[in-house]
Amino acid sequence: MFKLRKYVRPFLGSILVIIALLFGQAMCELAMPDYMSDIVNVGINAGGIENGVFDALSETRYDQLALLMNEEEKTIFQNSYTLTTPQSATESEREKYPALANENVYILNDLSSQEKEALNQALSQAEAMVMSLEQLTANTDPASLNEQQQQILTVLENLPEGTTIFDVLAKMPQETLDTLREQFASYTEVMGQSTLDTANASLVKQEYQSLGMNTDHIQYRYLFENGAKMLFVALASAACAVAVGFLASRVAAGFSRDLRRDVFGKVESFSNAEFNQFSTNTLITRTTNDVQQIQMVLVMILRIVIYAPIIGIGAIIKVLQSDANMTWIIALVVVIILGIMLSAFVLVLPKFRIQQKLLDKLNSVVREFLEGMPVIRAFNNQQEEQQKFRQANNDIMRTALFTGRAMGSLMPLIMLVMNCSSILIVWVGSHQIDAGSLQVGDMMAFMQYAMQIIMAFMMITMISIMLPRASVAAGRIVEVLQTKPAILEAKDPVAFDPARKGQVSFQHVSFRYPGAEEEVLHDLSFTCEPGKTTAFIGSTGSGKSTIVNLVPRFFDVTEGKILVDGVDLREADIHDLRDRIGYVPQKASLFSGTIESNLRYANEDATDEQLKEAAKIAQALDFIEAKPDGFASEIAQGGTNVSGGQRQRLSIARALVKQPEIFIFDDTFSALDFKTDAQLRKELNQLCEKKQSTVLLVAQRISSIMHADQIIVIDNGRIVGRGKHQELLENCDVYKEIAYSQLSKEELENARS
Amino acid sequence: MPGPNHGRGARSNEKAKNFKGTMLKLIQYLKPYYIQIFFSLIFAVFSTIFMVVGPKILGTATTALAEGFMNKVRGVGGIDFGRIGQILIFLVCIYCVSALCNFIQSWLMAGVAQKVSFNLRQEMAKKIDTLPFRYFDGQTHGEVLSRFSNDVDTIQQTMNQSLSQMLTSVVQLIGFLIMMLSISWQMTLMALLVVPLSCLLITNVVKHSQKYFMAQQKSLGDVNGHIEEMYTSHTVMKAFNGEEKSIREFDAYNQQLYDSAWRSQFLSGLMQPISAFVGNLGYVGVVILGGYLAINGVIEIGDIQAFITYVRNFNQPISQVAQTMNVLQSTAAAAERVFEFLEETEEVPETEQPIEIWDADGQSKIEGQVTFDHVRFGYQPDKIIIHDFSANIKAGQKVAIVGPTGAGKTTMIKLLMRFYELNGGSIAIDGIPTTSLRRADLRSLFGMVLQDAWLFNGTVMENLRYGRLEATDDEVMQAADAAYVDHFIRTLDHGYQTMINEESSNISQGQKQLLTIARAFLADPKILILDEATSSVDTRTEILIQKGMDKLMENRTSFIIAHRLSTIRDADLILVMRDGDIVEVGNHESLMKQNGFYTQLYNSQFEEV
Repeated sequence: MFKLRKYVRPFLGSILVIIALLFGQAMCELAMPDYMSDIVNVGINAGGIENGVFDALSETRYDQLALLMNEEEKTIFQNSYTLTTPQSATESEREKYPALANENVYILNDLSSQEKEALNQALSQAEAMVMSLEQLTANTDPASLNEQQQQILTVLENLPEGTTIFDVLAKMPQETLDTLREQFASYTEVMGQSTLDTANASLVKQEYQSLGMNTDHIQYRYLFENGAKMLFVALASAACAVAVGFLASRVAAGFSRDLRRDVFGKVESFSNAEFNQFSTNTLITRTTNDVQQIQMVLVMILRIVIYAPIIGIGAIIKVLQSDANMTWIIALVVVIILGIMLSAFVLVLPKFRIQQKLLDKLNSVVREFLEGMPVIRAFNNQQEEQQKFRQANNDIMRTALFTGRAMGSLMPLIMLVMNCSSILIVWVGSHQIDAGSLQVGDMMAFMQYAMQIIMAFMMITMISIMLPRASVAAGRIVEVLQTKPAILEAKDPVAFDPARKGQVSFQHVSFRYPGAEEEVLHDLSFTCEPGKTTAFIGSTGSGKSTIVNLVPRFFDVTEGKILVDGVDLREADIHDLRDRIGYVPQKASLFSGTIESNLRYANEDATDEQLKEAAKIAQALDFIEAKPDGFASEIAQGGTNVSGGQRQRLSIARALVKQPEIFIFDDTFSALDFKTDAQLRKELNQLCEKKQSTVLLVAQRISSIMHADQIIVIDNGRIVGRGKHQELLENCDVYKEIAYSQLSKEELENARS
Repeated sequence: MPGPNHGRGARSNEKAKNFKGTMLKLIQYLKPYYIQIFFSLIFAVFSTIFMVVGPKILGTATTALAEGFMNKVRGVGGIDFGRIGQILIFLVCIYCVSALCNFIQSWLMAGVAQKVSFNLRQEMAKKIDTLPFRYFDGQTHGEVLSRFSNDVDTIQQTMNQSLSQMLTSVVQLIGFLIMMLSISWQMTLMALLVVPLSCLLITNVVKHSQKYFMAQQKSLGDVNGHIEEMYTSHTVMKAFNGEEKSIREFDAYNQQLYDSAWRSQFLSGLMQPISAFVGNLGYVGVVILGGYLAINGVIEIGDIQAFITYVRNFNQPISQVAQTMNVLQSTAAAAERVFEFLEETEEVPETEQPIEIWDADGQSKIEGQVTFDHVRFGYQPDKIIIHDFSANIKAGQKVAIVGPTGAGKTTMIKLLMRFYELNGGSIAIDGIPTTSLRRADLRSLFGMVLQDAWLFNGTVMENLRYGRLEATDDEVMQAADAAYVDHFIRTLDHGYQTMINEESSNISQGQKQLLTIARAFLADPKILILDEATSSVDTRTEILIQKGMDKLMENRTSFIIAHRLSTIRDADLILVMRDGDIVEVGNHESLMKQNGFYTQLYNSQFEEV
């Protein structure tokens, strides 16, 4: 995986932006719960009043509060408000605070948010005390009060009519008030600022109501403002996600485009040796599926793998900031869940592999059904096959049942653990609240963050299970990219002598396939002259095809050298060399397109007459012209929509269009029937004689090569006979053996006459 | 042939031609499992209900906690741990029960899903045996295979997950709706208001992304096609200096793929943020409306809080239902293909009163005389290729079938074995029309040695015994000896126990044919069908095959797809075929005298060039 980092480099800028955007998204996501709870807690429960800061308050309330403050608090408080009398009030003030019509009101000065916060701090204890004292007056059940409260109550009951507890307090000496305040402070500390704010907000609301202010209006405004803020955060989060999606999909698609291109380019530069080493099928999967898989994982990395830790760490920071002393619960839950998931995968993953194998097995039984159908039915063995299928089907059912059930129980288990973790948090949290070290709101927030952290860990685990597969794919691709082609261009290519016309000469050539132990060809020396046909014959595996595949330099010789027009192939320009060769492979392969595009593959600039001429010699013109679209007829990939013989003839025509100096026919004619074979060879011979082309021909059928100028008989990679048909019949045993296996003595005699 | 995984990506978006009909059929098919499915669904409902009430109960615990805390602050009491503890223990029980229900549900469902896919596969396998050859002419093996693996897999997965997921989502949805309606119909209306909005946005995105998805599928096909084509024709590409052209084409396809790939990926990624945002929009709307209603004293503040928790969870089941609908679409497409296969027209049924070919001792009464009487046949009824063929072959005679490649030489064999039904006329063996015999009886009369010899994945011994399953090891070896293959088998690594692998690539083509000759020996048929090797067999093996075939043909009626002239000239009857039709019939001398197509064919081999 790491080895492919070079392909990420062009996208580094985008990736950095993605990380930044993911940070933004995570911030928004983490802020969302705060907004949501604010809307409910402040907007709905507290009537839209955030804390204990009054916008305006009556003179009476002002005095009560000032009474319960220390000097420092009092200064802040008094500096924050200005007394407005009904006379000095402006029109708008009077409208906003209807009580101004007949009493004095303290109105809040224009303060910065820091000053407001300081004011809130200064106010909060005094407000709490005011409320507590007011509640006390309302409370009539002495049993529920503590000793000190009862004392106060006694004082209250003895007050003269019309005086309040505040009148009493105002007369008390300063020290008594200080003691009272200190005692009360121990309670407010337990409550914490946010709880105090919520509680004090109700005092503010009460004050506003007595001032005749429109509290509903305040609540609406708060809801709308915060709703808009929350929507803005949600929009920002969505925008970040969209932007990440945009960049990530471009990066991933671009990455795979570049990678795919390089792999393809590399494979196109491979020689047959590398193709044999890898096998065509794996090269195809490596260029298609493997690249695709890495692209998928990259998208996931960009969108999830980076995001999960950010939000996880963000949540952890929030948790650590809070007073909750329950981080151990998160750690415990994470460990349990990871444990469950890992053990599930350890248990189930091998079974999944087995299941895949069983599925392959089932497929192969069905394939056997289909491919062997004539034989199965001919031998009446349907029952036997059904039995095999039943076995395979049964095996797969049993394994799949296990994996299905195991995976099915994983989800309920994890959900159970997560749910139990919230229960545990509530239980432990409630004790901490009781001890005064935690607030209710903090506990609720803690639960949310805990879920986010656990989810992040789960995501990372899920992905870390997928990563190994991607890294296998990456490894396979890197293997291709790092392979050096065995056939390399010459540094200073030697040009071919234009005067010489395609003489091919083997000088003591030996060859062994890369990695093979034994040589396929030993010490071959011969020369193919222009205008002459050289035929190679031998039994399967004798190496005759290998000989002609050395000429276009599909492989390099192991020893000795091959010269074309006197130039060693390894010193020639490969492009030049192949331009001089018309090659017809054993297995005809056509490209998707039309008949014309296939013939022109050899020479883009060929005229229509040249195409026609080539098709005629290759005995392909008749069937081409019989098609409704003629030369424009569609050819499917691999040429599957024409018959084998037609495919072979088109492949021959393609080589003819090129008009090369050297023709190579690698066992080309065995797919043709005798008649077409004979006619084709006749016309081909005329052409080659006229153009003085060199022909190298590999064949199975004696009849195809009987009339060659030079026949080379190969057995086990050595030349065991060389000459013309008659000579070989007389003095080459291998040749004789081949000939008699195909034709009766009488027929060979016939041919001679 | 495309591999089983090839079509997967393209298929996932496929739609069934007849969604409703197929789904009904599938439901019908599930009938034997109705009880299990019913219970599984009941458990799913229970599990969901517990899950829905869970947070509410947890809420009462936190409320109790908050109240106790406030009391404590006011100095009028404390936290009631007894009560909170009770609630929490109750909650643990509920969650455990819910998990248990969920577990039982998936346990039952997994069982049903596996049983169903097992049975579907089993029925499909049985079906294969009853389908006529004609069916497979129009189907690639890959297509049939993918019905066995991919399509059944899709159905299984739907049963395993999507079915219960769909149900729990619906239950959740209904549960939430009831809860929400019981609090305030106005707020419920507000919450539902955003549903059409998000539907509208999402269908819009889907419509756009669909376009690019299709483009991506096409480009991917182009790129993969080009890669496959260039890699498989690597040698030709090299020989014609086609590298540059190939890379040029590839770059164009690759760029197209890039364009459509990122667009489709981007658009499909839009869905989640959009629906999340719309969900938040609904949330804010509900809160503001709730505030209004609370101020006017229509509802209590506590109710709003409860309502809001439902709104926050409301979106999840909606998107889940939408997702499962997609899954159901592709399931319907898969089920449609499976049922289509199961409902294919079967072979012409066996005759009601078959004529017995065995006498009381289990010996065959058949001599091996074959009569073709005005045979008329075409692979497609409107394209008759054999118009009117009559011939009488005496027991023990040799018939050679000759003709150029692709002339339809194997057609005769397929008709003899009744792999295809005739369009007219009849074929009779010892005077009994083949349609009056059981197929199994008819085919037991024949032995086949084909050029693309089919062997299966198993030992050599098992493969040979395929000719006659009840044969003893000794009999198998005798047959091998008669086919001159015993020696070769003994040179293999494990002799008769050597495994022949999947592609039978560990033995050569010629050796495979030798094995099939031995197999035919073991079957000891009355009538033989032989396919002479043309190429890719080395000389020594060729000689062995020849000797084996000659020996096998002794005293049997044989039909030979002939390539060697000596075989042809020895034949009692030669059928000359061209373009699917039989153009000339006779023996070598009479045909040469006719100076027709056969003469041309024969002479072409020795024409002087």
